[in-house]
Amino acid sequence: MQQSEFLNVVMPFKDKLYRLAKRLLVSTEEAEDATQEILLKLWSKKKMMESYNNVEAFAMTMTKNFCLDRLKSKQAGNLKLVHSNYAEESSGLQKQIEARDSVDWVQKIMEELPEQQKLVLQLRDVEQYDYDEIGEMLDMKPTAVRVALSRARKLVRDKLLQKHRYGIG
Amino acid sequence: MELDNIEKLLEKYFEAATTVAEEETLRTYFSQESVPTHLEQYAPMFQYFSNAKEERFTKQVPLKPRRNYIKWVSVAAVGVLLIGLYFGQPSKSSDPTDLAEVYTQAEIESAQEALAMLGVNFQKGTAQLSHLEEFEKTTNKFLTKE
Repeated sequence: MQQSEFLNVVMPFKDKLYRLAKRLLVSTEEAEDATQEILLKLWSKKKMMESYNNVEAFAMTMTKNFCLDRLKSKQAGNLKLVHSNYAEESSGLQKQIEARDSVDWVQKIMEELPEQQKLVLQLRDVEQYDYDEIGEMLDMKPTAVRVALSRARKLVRDKLLQKHRYGIG
Repeated sequence: MELDNIEKLLEKYFEAATTVAEEETLRTYFSQESVPTHLEQYAPMFQYFSNAKEERFTKQVPLKPRRNYIKWVSVAAVGVLLIGLYFGQPSKSSDPTDLAEVYTQAEIESAQEALAMLGVNFQKGTAQLSHLEEFEKTTNKFLTKE
């Protein structure tokens, strides 16, 4: 497999790998490193890649495992440097800032979720995978994915409501 | 999109019973400006999910493996070494053949004499050393007895 071929296979889902890594590791730099590591691993196994029936799902599983390993490793204490997403602030309207703020809250709430729910929510609501695909990636039964997803969504909703009622707390 | 429909979809959404397409309609619905106040609380969730999908991986990945390069460098190094050994040897072996041509007979003889003297003195030295050995033997005897 040539480099261009490899890139054609990998490029469509490299952002997904990155977002998944970032969801788990929080820090942008860590997520970038993790994604790079996964891509290099895939590249070194490129001869075997044709035998996998779903390279994307395989790569997602690799990313998940890699990130969980990173979190378990000794360096996990250093991963708490939270990246705050300061995007372009064109107009300083109060309403807009408020809206941004509650959108950011969702991110913070998601960070507090258990890892499995985090993963399921990321794969379903951000990346829009099928339950079967998610089941394959996380090595879970589709029904278990559903249960975890429902729980995660409700948790996010409830925590968001709490924030709205009591303000920042 | 009807409000009634959205409310139903939301209910299904939290039970994780919606399809991907239905979730997409929810996201597009909540991305618009005017959302009824009682549904406003859900808007950040869906907006966040839409935003999160925009994030891109921009870092360049060095795909060219460096291993190949190192392998060829080692091959080249071995080649250079072999060439060096091949061309280095003949110059040394040709040296002693023209000893008689470089030096005169007298010079060679004096050198031989000097070497012979060195040999004799060396013999003396070794003879002295054997005395020393004897000395050590006796000291060892004392040491082992005590």
